[in-house]
Amino acid sequence: MNALAALIRRDIKIALRVGGGALIGVLFFLTVTVLMPFAVGPDLALLSRLGPAILWLGALLASLLTLDRLFTADHEDGSLDLIVMSRTPLELACAAKALAHWIAAGLPLIIATPVLGLLLNLDGTATLAVAATLLAGTPALTFTGMIGAALAVTLHRGGLLLAVLVLPLSIPVLIFGVAASQAAISGSLPFGTPFSILCALSLASLVIGPFAAAASLRHGLD
Amino acid sequence: MTLTDLANPTKFLALTARILPWLAGVTAILLAIGLYQSAMAPDDYQQGATVKIMFIHVPNAWLSMFVWGVMSVAALGTLVWRHPLADVAAKAAAPIGAAFTFLALVTGSLWGRPMWGTYWEWDARLTSVLILFLMYLGLMALWRAVEDPSRAARAAAVLTLVGAINIPIIKFSVDWWNTLHQPASVLRMGGSTLDKAFLWPLLVMAIAFSLLFITLHLAAMRNEILRRRVRSLQMMQANRVAFTSEVGTGSRDGNASQEIGAA
Repeated sequence: MNALAALIRRDIKIALRVGGGALIGVLFFLTVTVLMPFAVGPDLALLSRLGPAILWLGALLASLLTLDRLFTADHEDGSLDLIVMSRTPLELACAAKALAHWIAAGLPLIIATPVLGLLLNLDGTATLAVAATLLAGTPALTFTGMIGAALAVTLHRGGLLLAVLVLPLSIPVLIFGVAASQAAISGSLPFGTPFSILCALSLASLVIGPFAAAASLRHGLD
Repeated sequence: MTLTDLANPTKFLALTARILPWLAGVTAILLAIGLYQSAMAPDDYQQGATVKIMFIHVPNAWLSMFVWGVMSVAALGTLVWRHPLADVAAKAAAPIGAAFTFLALVTGSLWGRPMWGTYWEWDARLTSVLILFLMYLGLMALWRAVEDPSRAARAAAVLTLVGAINIPIIKFSVDWWNTLHQPASVLRMGGSTLDKAFLWPLLVMAIAFSLLFITLHLAAMRNEILRRRVRSLQMMQANRVAFTSEVGTGSRDGNASQEIGAA
């Protein structure tokens, strides 16, 4: 337990300090959201209707952007080999790394959501709904994305390949995240159903992600 | 002849060389019978002649999921037993599966235009099959991204097993969600709801398409084994050329150690 806590603390520290790059995700999130009104036009009614979708898409792309850092830096300086060889089970170590990554790169996105909601003319309940769905859904993005990150690091290929592998896996999260936000805003459909499916997706990926990532690290590193 | 005997690529090549012509012949005959029966099948009372698209569309859709199942079994073979033919089987199946999925999407869309009035509808079945197609393409990209085949095989095996979660979602999407796509009518509890006049040609076509997949898969596996042999022969040859030229001019390592000595 101590080793895992140390791993989480270390990863958060590395991500937040100079050169860590976790907060670049938030900047990217902001930029994508600001770009949208230029693309669809500054029509406030339209923006508030598209708002949840824009925020979800921005958060998805921002979390994809930072996924590359999950294993690459550790692989380059050799600490990933130490983690693989250490006595802590690799599955737990992967889960700890993903948790640290989510705290450093995923939580800031959720904290930024209310500010970005203002830009998109979302009212209080809508912003709250989007933030709640992001809080429930972004762990799924991180934990499924970790599988792609582990594959990419063992193949020494990042970037585009990672995106191609991870994006199809994150489609269900996007569907139910946006569905839950829209349900909360329109009020005609129940919010609970898509929201609980979203939570279920997060919990399932919490289990599957570490095992798949650990398997690909164990088989791929040499 | 057991599965472990087949692990020897030479034995596998010899066996497939013998059975491939027979398989291809049976596939051609069954396809001909199936196509004839499909063409002779009566028009549907609601859909008219367009119902005949079903005889192509449904086998393709079944095969698109079945091929991912085959690849998942092969992935287990790669990760658990390190079976040498398993990664060849997985690699050879991916493009064939992608082709079946693509054909299922295209025929479905051509069928949807007269029946639903649209080529594409974002309902659960169509979307999940589209995701399956994207995952086939991602898998092929993964295979192509790495030069070392055994390394690529292990990475692709992990991705295949993760992607296998999509298969039950596709199968049951029409039951779980209220979709435009019709629910299952052939393989369902309480027997098929399809009339015999349609069921028989469909079953013949399904068997013919499965045989077509097996034929194509075995042929692709043969090609892949031969391709790997050519690759290793080329590498051996390049190695030999490099070695002889090194002996002729003095090895680079020797020069380097001399330089270090001089410094």
